[in-house]
Amino acid sequence: MSAPIIEVHNLTKHYGDVQALRGVSFEVEEGEVFGLLGPNGAGKTSTVEILEGLRAADGGIVSVCGLDPQTPGPAFKQEIGAVLQSTALPDKLRVAEAVSMFASFYKRRRDPATLLKRFGLEEKRNTFYSHLSGGQKQRLALAMSLVNEPRVLFLDEPTAGLDPQVRREIYTIIEELKKERKTILLTTHYIEEAEKLCDRVAIVDQGRVIAQGTPRELKQRSAGTTRIELRLARPETDAALKQLDGVADCHASDGVYVVHSTRVPQTIVSLVKYLEAHGNELSSLDIAAPSLEDVFLELTGRRLRD
Amino acid sequence: MRNAWTLTKVRMRLALRNRAFIFFSLIFPLIFLFLFLGLFARSNVAAVPYMLASVLAITVMGSFWGLSVQLVTFREQGILRRFRVAPVGPGAMLASSIASNYILTLPAVSIEFVLARRVFHMSQWGNLGGVFFLITLGIITFAALGLIIASVTNSTQETQVINQILWSAFLFLSGATLPLPMLPIWIQRFALFLPATYLVTGLERVLVARVGVAQIGAEIVALAVSAAMALFLSQQLFRWEPEAKVGPRAKALAAATIVPFLLLGLWETAHGNLRSAARTDFLTIRSEPIDRPAPFIAPR
Repeated sequence: MSAPIIEVHNLTKHYGDVQALRGVSFEVEEGEVFGLLGPNGAGKTSTVEILEGLRAADGGIVSVCGLDPQTPGPAFKQEIGAVLQSTALPDKLRVAEAVSMFASFYKRRRDPATLLKRFGLEEKRNTFYSHLSGGQKQRLALAMSLVNEPRVLFLDEPTAGLDPQVRREIYTIIEELKKERKTILLTTHYIEEAEKLCDRVAIVDQGRVIAQGTPRELKQRSAGTTRIELRLARPETDAALKQLDGVADCHASDGVYVVHSTRVPQTIVSLVKYLEAHGNELSSLDIAAPSLEDVFLELTGRRLRD
Repeated sequence: MRNAWTLTKVRMRLALRNRAFIFFSLIFPLIFLFLFLGLFARSNVAAVPYMLASVLAITVMGSFWGLSVQLVTFREQGILRRFRVAPVGPGAMLASSIASNYILTLPAVSIEFVLARRVFHMSQWGNLGGVFFLITLGIITFAALGLIIASVTNSTQETQVINQILWSAFLFLSGATLPLPMLPIWIQRFALFLPATYLVTGLERVLVARVGVAQIGAEIVALAVSAAMALFLSQQLFRWEPEAKVGPRAKALAAATIVPFLLLGLWETAHGNLRSAARTDFLTIRSEPIDRPAPFIAPR
């Protein structure tokens, strides 16, 4: 088996008194889509920016394509592509000019016109960057990240702040790249994104990797619980619902109670009895397999969006 | 080198699409030209090259303003970090800043020359080689100075404040707006510490007295040293990221920018003849005898 294309061992980073990374470790194989999933401030962007050569690590060992991103020479930059979380282009730069300019910086390069066509930007080729919508800017960022046929592609929150329709467009593009066996390191705080796109996921919280594996493996670790989402006619306390048969955990958010049960039939019977006894009733009830959100909740006691 | 040239072409395009650039770099100097030459050289053709020297100097000095603001804006908006993940080094970024500025300033300077000759009937072209040499050195010096300002300031507002202070000093204390010999003696002495003064007096010398490059040695050396120092420092101080702090070394280096100008000013005060040369050029363009024994009579 070949060596991993990305290696991260015991990575640490602090900003003043804040310890952003506390020994992050993971490896990414060539052709794999690897996700860093975690809430805002978990350390995902710090990790990716160290791997891109944009930030210096305080400790640990990192390697991308066998090169050290901490001394990012031209050879390193020829190998990577990146969609950064916070970046922009000059307002008065036209779409085609941007792609052509970035293509000219690399030895190995794709035809800019083909890239624009692939990313649906052909009609916008003469449009100024400032006149593009959020989704178009993100598609342009993706096109630019591929101008050099990178061996490793870093996508830092590529769909953050985009509306659901545009997000799905970006998913389609990433799925196509996945089919081409492109190595991608993706950071996200969207569960759906990680489950849908990633071969393997590392769940990051407070500067640590708290679990990693395929989405299926991670969900199987969720102690065999089933997720029951319910709405009630009148509010109840989490504590009261936690007392029901088979309930491992319960929390409420926006009027929806998410109950994790190890024995679903007993929990439902117990729930119905409880509601009858308290003059309350069910508005809706959904039973679902556990998601990565549940895994995160189980590991940290918090929701990803908390 | 190829990256620097690509960036130069793109940055020229961006500049020409920017109305503020068009106004401040192309129209504003022309307003100065018509104001200076129209008001002060209207009935005195001999004064045209003298006033043209001021206008050319103002055009060249303007380089530092636009460049510093642009680079800080690029950094604040995260544009520079996008280039940073590509194989583009600080050298290419800085070289393209200076090259694009140089290429865009030359037409403005040429138009000013042609207008001075055609509209204001300037009788001679002056020492064109010397003018070209000084303008080239001047653009490099002031553009690199702008890059240093961009590196040591953290926001556009901060950059504007520093620019305003420097611009005022360059404009009003160097002889660019008020002839140096008309300024109080203490300001004339202070002016010897400003690179702008060497550009203004150098241009006056080659345009009015039509002296050769060899005769403006002090001005050439002053600008060449300033350019070399500013280029070196801009490379050393360059920052890609807005949150990258200006470290103590960078601050010390930035403070060191002042050293060559101090040395130059001290040397010029002790041994130079820049002020007397400025006075001679000023006197030659006066159509009327000087009716006021001015405070500018004695050069030192």
